[in-house]
Amino acid sequence: MSRPNDGTLDRREVVAALMRDPGDLLVVTGLGAATYDVGAAGDRPLNFYLWGAMGGTAMIGLGIALAQPTRHVLVITGDGEMLMGMGSLATVAAAGARNLSIAVLDNHRFGETGSQYSHTGYTTDLAAVAAACGWTNTAVARDMAEVEALRPRLREENMFAVLRISAEEKTRHLPPRDGALLTLRFRQAMGLTND
Amino acid sequence: MDQPTWQAGVYAALKAAGIRQIGYVPDAGHAHLINAAHADPDMRAVVLTTEEEGIALAAGAWLGGQRAALLMQSSGVGNCINMLSLSVNCRMPFLTLVTMRGEWGEFNPWQVPMGVATPTVLGAAGVHVRRADRPDEAVEMVAASAALAFDSHIPVAVLFSQRLLGAKVFVK
Repeated sequence: MSRPNDGTLDRREVVAALMRDPGDLLVVTGLGAATYDVGAAGDRPLNFYLWGAMGGTAMIGLGIALAQPTRHVLVITGDGEMLMGMGSLATVAAAGARNLSIAVLDNHRFGETGSQYSHTGYTTDLAAVAAACGWTNTAVARDMAEVEALRPRLREENMFAVLRISAEEKTRHLPPRDGALLTLRFRQAMGLTND
Repeated sequence: MDQPTWQAGVYAALKAAGIRQIGYVPDAGHAHLINAAHADPDMRAVVLTTEEEGIALAAGAWLGGQRAALLMQSSGVGNCINMLSLSVNCRMPFLTLVTMRGEWGEFNPWQVPMGVATPTVLGAAGVHVRRADRPDEAVEMVAASAALAFDSHIPVAVLFSQRLLGAKVFVK
């Protein structure tokens, strides 16, 4: 069931564009479809997929960004996950890390649980929330040209972007879900030992 | 402001353990540590909107090659439960210092339920719980707990008892 205000972007196409030639971009994904989308774009050790810890994706991104100030962190998550961690938009802005961006795949729905409408499908404008929390660079993308224009900005600026994807459900693509494995391979790819 | 020396010792123990990021929801009992962290150019002090953010922050710090700690009050422990799955599931170290309310001379009844539940709830979520009741044990408790967390890759909480901190005075 669609609504007149629904987004039209294809989520897999959007994420494939964001993840094209990722280099050493450090990527954290929110549980549910965002994790499947990033996995489908190509598994790599510097992707840290969440399969739980709902609401924590942006804060994990902040911890990495503070620890690695010369590298860039991209958080890719959904509207439901971002809503649960909405306070972290204030925390990340107040912390002042410039090497972190957030891309929210916003379909106005909790897709994983039966496509119930989320707050963005009713009244909440996440880009406006981010701006009110102190994010100076915010954007909303509604077509692929806008997504392409955002791609470099999400890797270079301290950017909060909402990507208005359609509510179409995709085939599940399941990347690794063992947290210890994901942690170890991420740290190894960063050149860290296990201490 | 006069500060008990044991709290300066605790900050030194965190530094000696290599802590570089401190997430906190303020508590009067943590005021010295929070001020010390903000004054320290080698420490990132991150104010949180809710305690669970600090668990995710610590997970990110670990992924990025740094060590973090979370400072909170016992009332905040209840906000953290699901997020604690990060440490257990990912075999990541996690260290939190918890100031206790609702036990020694508590004036505010709203602090009592979560204060009583704190050690049980942390234990049920897989966190190893230690408790400091006296100033002379607080510093070594933090040092040993940091070693346990970061050497064995497990979540550890140190509870600072309300007797140690002194009950908050509401009516003077």
